[in-house]
Formats: sequence, structure tokens, C-alpha cells
Amino acid sequence: MSELQPSNLALFWAAVIAASILVYVVLDGLDLGVGILFGSTQDEGHRSQMMSTIAPFWDGNETWLVVIGAGLFASFPVVYAVFMGAFYLPLLLLLVGLIFRGIAFEFRYRSVRARKLWDAGFFLGSTVVAFAQGAAVGALMRGIPVANEQFAGTSFDWLHPFSVLTGIGLVFGYALLGAGWIVLKSEGALRDWAYRRIGWLASIVFVLLGLAFTVSLTVDAGAVAQSHLRDRAWGLVFPVAAIAALGSAVMSARARRDGLTFALTVLFVLASYLTLGVMFWPYMVPYSITVGKAAAPEASLSFMFYGGVVVLPVIAIYTAGVYWVFRGKIQQESE
Amino acid sequence: MELDPVILSRIQFGFVISFHIIFPAFTIGLAAWLATIEGARLVTGNPLYRRVFDFWRPIFAVSFGMGVVTGIVMAFQFGTNWGVLAVKTGSIQGPLLGYEGFTAFMLEATFFGVLLLGRDRVSPWFYFFSCCMVALGTMFSSFWILANNSWMQVPLGHTIVDGKIVPSDWKQIVLGPVQMVRWPHMLLAAFLTSAMCVAATGAWYLLRGVHRDEGRVMLRWGLALVAVVIPVQLFFGHLTGEYVLKHQPAKFAAIEARWKNQQPADEVLIAIPDEANERNLYAITVPKLGSFIASGNFTSAEVGLESFPREDRPPVLIPFFAFRLMVGMGLIMLAVSWVGNLLRWRGKLETSRWFLWATFLSFPTGFIAILTGWYTAEVGRQPWVVYGLLRTRDAITPALTTNDVLTSLIIYIVVYFLFVSFGIYYIYKLLRDGPRVEDTVLTNVTASRPMAIAARTEKTADADAGSKP
Repeated sequence: MSELQPSNLALFWAAVIAASILVYVVLDGLDLGVGILFGSTQDEGHRSQMMSTIAPFWDGNETWLVVIGAGLFASFPVVYAVFMGAFYLPLLLLLVGLIFRGIAFEFRYRSVRARKLWDAGFFLGSTVVAFAQGAAVGALMRGIPVANEQFAGTSFDWLHPFSVLTGIGLVFGYALLGAGWIVLKSEGALRDWAYRRIGWLASIVFVLLGLAFTVSLTVDAGAVAQSHLRDRAWGLVFPVAAIAALGSAVMSARARRDGLTFALTVLFVLASYLTLGVMFWPYMVPYSITVGKAAAPEASLSFMFYGGVVVLPVIAIYTAGVYWVFRGKIQQESE
Repeated sequence: MELDPVILSRIQFGFVISFHIIFPAFTIGLAAWLATIEGARLVTGNPLYRRVFDFWRPIFAVSFGMGVVTGIVMAFQFGTNWGVLAVKTGSIQGPLLGYEGFTAFMLEATFFGVLLLGRDRVSPWFYFFSCCMVALGTMFSSFWILANNSWMQVPLGHTIVDGKIVPSDWKQIVLGPVQMVRWPHMLLAAFLTSAMCVAATGAWYLLRGVHRDEGRVMLRWGLALVAVVIPVQLFFGHLTGEYVLKHQPAKFAAIEARWKNQQPADEVLIAIPDEANERNLYAITVPKLGSFIASGNFTSAEVGLESFPREDRPPVLIPFFAFRLMVGMGLIMLAVSWVGNLLRWRGKLETSRWFLWATFLSFPTGFIAILTGWYTAEVGRQPWVVYGLLRTRDAITPALTTNDVLTSLIIYIVVYFLFVSFGIYYIYKLLRDGPRVEDTVLTNVTASRPMAIAARTEKTADADAGSKP
């Protein structure tokens, strides 16, 4: 199999994983965002309502992470190994963050004295998870050194100022998405509270991502030069769309359009994701391992294929079903 | 022992997987128990079974939640610490673990919600069906995990291409003879673990004189199941020993602490193996029994560790003691369950306080047996990670430093002790309080917050009211 010609099965699995990551980023992004915003208020009424907006969904959202991990391991073991090696410490942060986030969810309702602890765990866990993911994206944009199909850098390579910038960027990006979700799912004081934050969050995201974009084209130009972005000027439509979505979200928030505001924050995430996709393709590990080169043997991909075509649609239906069952605004707290 | 990334990564993997295995093993058995008791209620209509079911359901939910959280960590261990293993065997191990996600998690996730919250929304038969599907999901999960591990113990159905181990025959990999012995062994171990816990809980209530009706059901059903299953389990344990003897003779010799080749071979009942000097201290041995245990006659020659180059020998101390602990736990279960059923037959089960104490104190036997059994299997496989194909020390992620792994290990230890102790305390509280008389409908919990169902004794309604659609 040539490096530039991935097989159809390899393309199928690359598409499945790319789609899973997108679904994960949107779904878990919004509930991580709610967790991040949770830390910015002390109002217990707001806090418990914020929890309620994501209570039925967060667990299912996080299982997409397992799907991504297992899918990579099965279809692109080299990529799995390189990522896990390169991001050993951020991944540790992410897992610990997920644990604290998960248990905080369950424990805060049954403790009075320890509630402060679980609340702090919920906010910090969500923030750390978002930061670790954003920092990993930043490190990917700069490229991952690989030798003999293994990560060939050092433990703290990922902690470059640029990755810190993208890490903070993603924290605010998720917070924006979370604010959109709260607007969609709540009414009254909490919705107004979230609306007031959308303008601020969008401005901060715009500044941080603009800064990251500028840095990657100037100071850090070496990294982007390795990508195929320059051959694909049409790909610039995505960052433009992202900025447009950001601006429209602010205007829609001013007009108090709940559904549209949320849809625009999702559109912003989608456009940002596609920007990265244009930058990275055909690399799976930028800028050293391509999809074709990383694919597992056909025997593995075809063995998995049947599971994939049968099960993934069922997962999609199930996920949609849960969101349908819990559609609409959450109920106001009764006095 | 010098600390390097390999030894620290092994400790870390052993630590996180030891904590993980406790919960799924418990939930596999509990899911089957819930399905059984729900089926019994459906057939007999006895409300007592409903109370027993409603009592175990939140315990199942908490345990399930802990299994999920610790399981997410496991999904990444192969890549973070064992990168070379991941690259060399990913095309075999990856699909096996992927199928676990596809088949087991799907079934569990879909029907778990119905099990927790759907009783009033679906027909009784569909509810029972959901219980069965959750139980089936947990069994599928164990199937794929054991398929993966059995392949690491005795690799089959593969070829080596460019230094990578790639699949050639999936049927051999998934349904190999070793898997068909080890999966039932694990499954039965999970059933025994939960059945002992159910019986011990019943004994606890009878000793305290509370929840007598429910306690009696738990004690009787638990002991009856253990009494039936334990001989079958001993048989599968024997079959497991046969595969070890055939495919992993060095592990067998380590379990037996047999240093020299012998004919006929002694059986070392108990000793302190001295690995440095290749001898046993304070040994109690039975002549010729070693030959009988391995080969079924009293004259056969058995292989000692001296037959293997030093670099191919597993450690002796851990497999030797872990194996004996496991067998010891099995014998305790055998004794407790058979004596218990004898007492029941003579009508003295609930009045024999000494026996109720013995049953109550036996609650951890299943957990200890599972952990020590796994230690025997995994430590005994050393120095290989994939037996005969890839050494553990060659499987490590090359970029990993000692400080990386030391950091992660310490963090895992602190975090796990914190949240696992909360989880176990919570299960303990539920067990201690026992079944509730009235059956409250839980509207304030959702399928996606399994542990919150356990919070029903607390005043949570106001905090949670908003979660309703």
C-alpha cells in the first residue's frame, strides 16, 4: 500500500474516527463548557440548573472518547502509540480531570459538608480536561517528532507557549459552546446569565485564536510550512466561516434567539475543526505519519468493518434518542 | 530493585487494573443475579423478590459507575506506557478491544437506562429482557477482554510481517482453545464473587436480626449457587492448569516452585521460595504428588525451572503464593457453600450463628481469588508480555522517562484511593442499611447518573428537580 494511496478501508476508518472526534468535541465540549462556566458563579440555583442541563448526556458524551481510543488502537495502532507517548502527561491530566468531573457529578448531591470539594473538582476537572485537549491540538499543529513508529520527543515537548495558548483557547471555546447550550436548555435568570457571557466569551476566543493564527503564520511559521495548507487556499474558507459564526453568535445572542445562538456556536466549532482537518490531511500524526502509512493490515480493518457498519449507526440512533427523550427546556426549580 | 520506566509501568498497570477488575467482576455477577431474581419474580409474582431486586439495583449502579471510570483509564494504558506493544500487536489487540466497545458497551448502555429507570415505562417482560441484555453485555465485555488476554498468554492465528504481529486467522484468535477454557473460568469466578457477597449480606442481616425475609432469600440463593458452581469452577481451573503445563511450562514450574527437573516430582504444598539460591525454605512437600497433579500418574518426569534459561524464567514468589491463595479461597467457598446447604437441608441454616459468621466473613473470598488468580496468570507470563513473541521490557514506550511514570503512578494512587474509598464506603452504607420497605419511585435520577440512584436516602429532590424534561 503506497503512502499516498490509503486503501478504501483505511479511508473508511479514518472517516469514522474523524467523525467520532467531531461528535465528541461538540457533545463533550458543551458539557465541559458548562463545567467551566459552573466555576464562575456561586449561585446554587444557577449551579444546580447548570448540572441539570447536562445530567442526562455527559456520560454518553464521554464514551465517544473510548470509541476514539479503541478505534485508533484497532485501525491505526501506530498513531495510537505515538499520540499516547507524546501526550503522556496531558493525558494523565485529562484522565484525572475526567475522574474528578465524573464523581463530582454523582457526589455533590449527597453531601453537604464535602459539596465544596466536589464542586471544585467539577470545575477544575472540566477546565483541566479542556486545557489538556487544547494543548494537545497546539502540539499537533507544531508537529510531533517520530522515529521508528514511536514518539521521539521528550515529556514536556507539548508544553510550548503556543500549546498553552491553544489550551486556554479551547477552555474558552468550550465555555462558549457551554453558554450556547445553557441558553438552549434553560429559561429565566440562568438564560440571561448565559446570554450576558456569550459576547465576552466570543471576544476572548476571537483574540486567542487570532493570536494563535498569527503566531503560527509568523513566529512559528516553520510548523505550518510542513503542512499542505498553502496548496489548499480554498481551505481558508473554514477559518473565515469560523469567524463569521462567532460574530453571528454574538448578534444572535443580542437578539435573544436561543436555538440559533447555540447552532452558531456549534457551527463555530465545526468550522474550526475543519480548519485543522485541512491543515493536517493527509497526515494522522502531523507531519510525519499519513493515513495510508498508519493503517493496520487489511485483515484487521475488514474484521472491524462489519462491527463498524452495524454498530455505529445503532450508537448514533441511541445517542439521538437520548437527546430526543430529554429535549426541550429543563424545568424551573419549584419553590 | 532499581526503578526504571519498565518496572514502574508494570506496577502502574498492575495497580490500575487491580482496582478496575474488582468492579466489573462484581457487576458481571450482580447483573446475572438481578436478571435471575427478576425472572423469579416474574414467574412467581412474589413481592419479596421485588424488594431484593430493588435493594441490589443501586449497589449494581454504583459498582457499574466505578467500573466505567476506572475502565476509561485502562483504555489508554496500552498506548501511554506500552507503545511498542501497541504498534506491534495493535492490529490484533485493537480490534478485540474495539469489539468490546462495539458489542458490550452498546448493550449495556442501552438497556442499563431501562434497568435503572424504566420499570414503569415498559412491560414487565421487556423489563426482564432488559435485565438479561445488561447481563449479556457484561458477559460480552469479559469475553473480549479474555480473548485479548488469552491471546497474550498463548498467541495463535498470527503471522509476523516487518516485525509486526498481524492477524492471519481470526477464528483462532477469538475462539482459540485457551480462550474457551479461560473465559468460563473468569465468568464463573465473577458469579462466585457476587454470590458470596449476596450470601454474606444475607448472613449479616440474619446475625443482626434485621430484614429477615430478604436476608434468608439472599443467603439461600447465594449459597445454593456457589455450591453448584464451585465444582464446575474447580474443573475449569484444572483445565486452565493443563493449558499452562502445555503452553507455558516455565509458569507451571514457578507456580509449583519446582527448581530442578524431577521424576517422580514432589508437590510443594507450602514453602518460602528463595529465588536467589534456587531453593525452597521451610518446605512441606508430598512425594510423587507433583507428578500426579501435572500428569495424572505418580511416575512422570516434570520440568523444573533449571530447564529454562534465566532470562526466560518468571518470578517465583508471586505466582507461587498467589496461586495457593486462589486455591485456598476456592476451598473456603466450597466448604461454606456445602456446609451451608447441608445445614439448610437439616433446617438449621438460619439458627447456626457460627455458620452465619463464617459466611459473613467469607464475603471477600471471591475478590481475593480473582486478584490472586490474575496475579498468577500475569506475573507467571513474565518476562513476556506476548508469550514467546515480545518481552515486557521491549514493549515499553521508548520516550517514557522514570519521572513520567513515577509522577503518573503517584497521582493514580492518590486519586484512586480517594474516590474508590468513597465508592466502597457508599456501597457499604447501602449494604448496611438494607432493603427499604416502601418502594419509592425515583424520578430525580437519570440513566446517565448511575451513582445518583444510590443517593435516594438523602434529600436530593430539590437540588435535582431541574433534570426532568
